[in-house]
Amino acid sequence: MDKPQRVALLVTCLVDQIMPEVGLAAVRVLQRAGLAVDFPTAQTCCGQPFFNSGFRRQAADLAKRTVEIFEPYEYVVAPSGSCVAMIRSEYPHLLAEWPDWQRRAQRLASHTYELSEFLVQIMEWPQPSDGPDSAETAATGTAVSYHDSCHMLRLLGLHGEPRRALSASGCSLREMDVSDRCCGFGGLFSLRLPEVANAMTAEKLDQAARAGAPTLVSADPGCLMQMRGMLPDDSPVILKHLAVVLEEQTR
Amino acid sequence: MTAQRSSTVPEFRRRAEAALANERLQGALEGATGRFQDHRRQALAALPDADALRDHFKTMRAATLARLDEHLQTFERNASAVGARVHWARDGAEAGAIVSTIAAKRGVQLVAKTKSMATEEIRLNEALKAAGMTPVETDLGEWIIQLAEEPPFHIIAPAVHKTRAEVAELFSTEAGEPLPPDDIPRLTAAARRLLREKFLAAGLGITGANIGVAESGSIVLVTNEGNAEMVTSLPPVHVVVMGIEKIAPTWDDAAAWLALLARSATGQPLSIYTTVISGPARPEDPDGPEEVHIILLDNNRSQQLGTAYEEALQCIRCGACLNVCPVYKEAGGHAYGSPYSGPIGAVITPILFGLDAYAALPQASSLCGACLDVCPVRIDLPRMLLELRADEVEQRLLSWPERVAENAAAEVLKREWLLRWTSRLLRLLQRPFAREGHLRLPGSLSSAAGRPLPALAEKSFRQLWQEGALDE
Repeated sequence: MDKPQRVALLVTCLVDQIMPEVGLAAVRVLQRAGLAVDFPTAQTCCGQPFFNSGFRRQAADLAKRTVEIFEPYEYVVAPSGSCVAMIRSEYPHLLAEWPDWQRRAQRLASHTYELSEFLVQIMEWPQPSDGPDSAETAATGTAVSYHDSCHMLRLLGLHGEPRRALSASGCSLREMDVSDRCCGFGGLFSLRLPEVANAMTAEKLDQAARAGAPTLVSADPGCLMQMRGMLPDDSPVILKHLAVVLEEQTR
Repeated sequence: MTAQRSSTVPEFRRRAEAALANERLQGALEGATGRFQDHRRQALAALPDADALRDHFKTMRAATLARLDEHLQTFERNASAVGARVHWARDGAEAGAIVSTIAAKRGVQLVAKTKSMATEEIRLNEALKAAGMTPVETDLGEWIIQLAEEPPFHIIAPAVHKTRAEVAELFSTEAGEPLPPDDIPRLTAAARRLLREKFLAAGLGITGANIGVAESGSIVLVTNEGNAEMVTSLPPVHVVVMGIEKIAPTWDDAAAWLALLARSATGQPLSIYTTVISGPARPEDPDGPEEVHIILLDNNRSQQLGTAYEEALQCIRCGACLNVCPVYKEAGGHAYGSPYSGPIGAVITPILFGLDAYAALPQASSLCGACLDVCPVRIDLPRMLLELRADEVEQRLLSWPERVAENAAAEVLKREWLLRWTSRLLRLLQRPFAREGHLRLPGSLSSAAGRPLPALAEKSFRQLWQEGALDE
């Protein structure tokens, strides 16, 4: 199969408004992989925050909008596991009342990818010609820990993809004790029960510090936002989005 | 003291804060749940194909609930045939009245109990006390929290939050002599002696039921202390309180149930004791009760059949979801204001006791999904938490500022031009307060319990894109 030539970026509302540098990095990484990147400017939010807090009607409105905006594109890529999980796992039943929308949503889901998933599964990273082999990378690469964000891991089943993308770009992974323990974000959960959320985040950041890598990577802007709020000034760890790390590593 | 039966968001936050401030409790909780998790993982790995067994068990539980009425009637018929009396209780009040009537006929004063979540659920001990009886819990953990007058902290480890010193103090009062907190053998010996007196003096034994086997009308109980043997054989009358969902049609089904229950709960292949009760003592039996009564408790369970929440009735109360839940591990069991805590508690408490009193529980989850990974019946708790949240919106249980904010945000996000203008306005407003990516407003306004809230970036991605930031 021929590799794709063009992709549409679903930048996500958090990246758009709070961490645009992640969007820029994602575009550069995709461009370096030889792709033309479109940014459909009508996009706003996939509706996940509303769906997760029970506002189904509002979520369905935003889901339909998102389907309409992105369905013309052959490939859609997002720098967020949880937004892709929203489209793939939740749209079909959120839109079940409207069979036509449901069908269109399923079609969109079939060509919407999380960034590392797209790079590894569709663009077939790492290429045989790419850089040093993995054993060498493990010894000399930029040391990072990877935080498995909940929806990306459990709803999309993406465990190996972000790790392979990181190693392909020359990072060496240092795993945390429990890489899949929730960071405490959970959308509005982090505002409704902030004491509990913050304690969960502190536990995560402790684990990251113990893992010994200077960089903690996440593929989800929500997790990063939560963890940034709780990162102690003297923490040995800095937080980076996967797209930013891949961009730095492929310069 | 009666623990409060509710958990609003402020209540949950207050109780969780107390648990978070208690370092010893946090350590005990992390330790105990971590050990349960490790043991569970090893115990399931020892099975030839644990995942296939879980799939099989899930299918069985779903099929049983689909024809629950028939299985319950079979159970009633077969239990009656072996001499048990079967009673149907719509709710806790009816169950309490049935027990009181049985006890009154015998002039019962002292009641010995095994650990039972169903009786915790309906606060049976209070009904017994109101009827002039003295109930005594004989499971060690349950006895500790009974003496402390507290609800269970964990579905299978009710006293996991108590220190040795606290237990020694409770036991000392009960024993009427000071017991040293560092001498565990002496503490357990005291418990054994004190409880032995209760077993022998009790006129009535009350148990729950881990499983009711329809094909033989039998009850299965699992314990690690052997107290169920005592409670079901020494007193002349044995009363079982069983939720109607605990039915296994056949012994094969019960075998699959037992293969998963202890493994998922404590990581044991089987608990130390598995007790099967089929009716009262027969003439040739050396011991056993003269009467066995089985109370089939509904208490809002049948209302869930055929709804989005029916799947929650598949639960076998192993507690595995509590042990992996990052919210439970921080907030602790008492934050839930219910005998059922953790992810399963967050789902069944509102559906059994009412959503308005428990508005916090559907929110007490980051929807991480770890509970679904470990549930022996693969109950999709995150899905049901989402359903409950939608119910809260529909029933207008959220505060009005929250409703207004959600609606306003959705209206903005439905229109890209409005998003552009709104975010431009917010950027102007935040300018004096935004520093290094976070808002620094005075007081608690800009923080979530001390965590600074993020500021909007100086320019949005869409602005940067349109300005050509990517044209190199």
